[in-house]
Amino acid sequence: MNGNTRAPAQIALIDLLDRVLVTGVAVDAELTLSIADVDLVTISLQALLSSVRAGGHRHDSDPRLAS
Amino acid sequence: MTDGRGVWLYAVTADGLDPHDLADEPGIGGAPIRTLAAAGLTCVTSPVDLREFGEDALRRKLNDPVQLEAIARSHHNVVAATARAVPAVPARLATVYHDAGRVAALLAQRRADFTAVLARVTGRTEWGVRAYATAQAAAPPPAAAENTGSGTAYLLNRRAELRAADSARRASAHSATVVHTALSRLAAAARSHPPQSTQLTGEADTMVLNGAYLVDDDKADQFAATVADLAAQHLTLRLHRTGPWPAYSFAAVTEPETPT
Repeated sequence: MNGNTRAPAQIALIDLLDRVLVTGVAVDAELTLSIADVDLVTISLQALLSSVRAGGHRHDSDPRLAS
Repeated sequence: MTDGRGVWLYAVTADGLDPHDLADEPGIGGAPIRTLAAAGLTCVTSPVDLREFGEDALRRKLNDPVQLEAIARSHHNVVAATARAVPAVPARLATVYHDAGRVAALLAQRRADFTAVLARVTGRTEWGVRAYATAQAAAPPPAAAENTGSGTAYLLNRRAELRAADSARRASAHSATVVHTALSRLAAAARSHPPQSTQLTGEADTMVLNGAYLVDDDKADQFAATVADLAAQHLTLRLHRTGPWPAYSFAAVTEPETPT
């Protein structure tokens, strides 16, 4: 990654999750965890993400909403 | 695994990461960041208490919006600081090992894979581009029939509306493909993630492209300019660039979709 550029101070959570989960969270809303190589955990993120939305989450990376 | 100490993995890098580069970044739960070298590679980790970050406890935490956000941001901050310092393979959120020995074994086992991914991301940065179909692209056409009193007219109107909406959807999808293709040509690798649903984005407009592009650092300006050009050319789309990102979308060991 380019060492001269810093990420914005606050990234929208939905974008962050989209990256750090990299599982198409928006579509199947499930997260598979790899714990100790073998144990797989599936988490339902559906209710979670709905509540993130309902909480009036920041969308500071989206200029349309900021204006 | 009975002593309750686990290891949270943030990223894998080549040897030579200076721990001072990460000194200011607290790990998950405020734990100190530790680097662990094996097989010519370095893992960026922090200790976690498995009573708090074992399977069940972690599931509970990740289902709590406040804790999920805190964990995701901590994870990302460490990954981003690592990727700013050296080429890095980001680990997916919530990759927890029961002991450091397992992490070292992982490095040894998958050394060739990690080395290949490190070669792919060196000197490159991930950028995201999302495209939304704008409201006017999806607007219904003027009424197809004047006579609103008849059931036939209603059906004709309704059918015309559906046709127009369908045609607008196809046009947006086509534009999104054109944009993705153009950006992929500039990138060393490209991926098309599933679009985020409007329910999650809170946007009125439908997302039609959720692209990720691994771009040479000396082409970053050209990439940004191309996004602006494409936005001007495709008025039925609203484009939004995100990044710079650590190469989350290109960390998979399997070769990602390559531009043609």
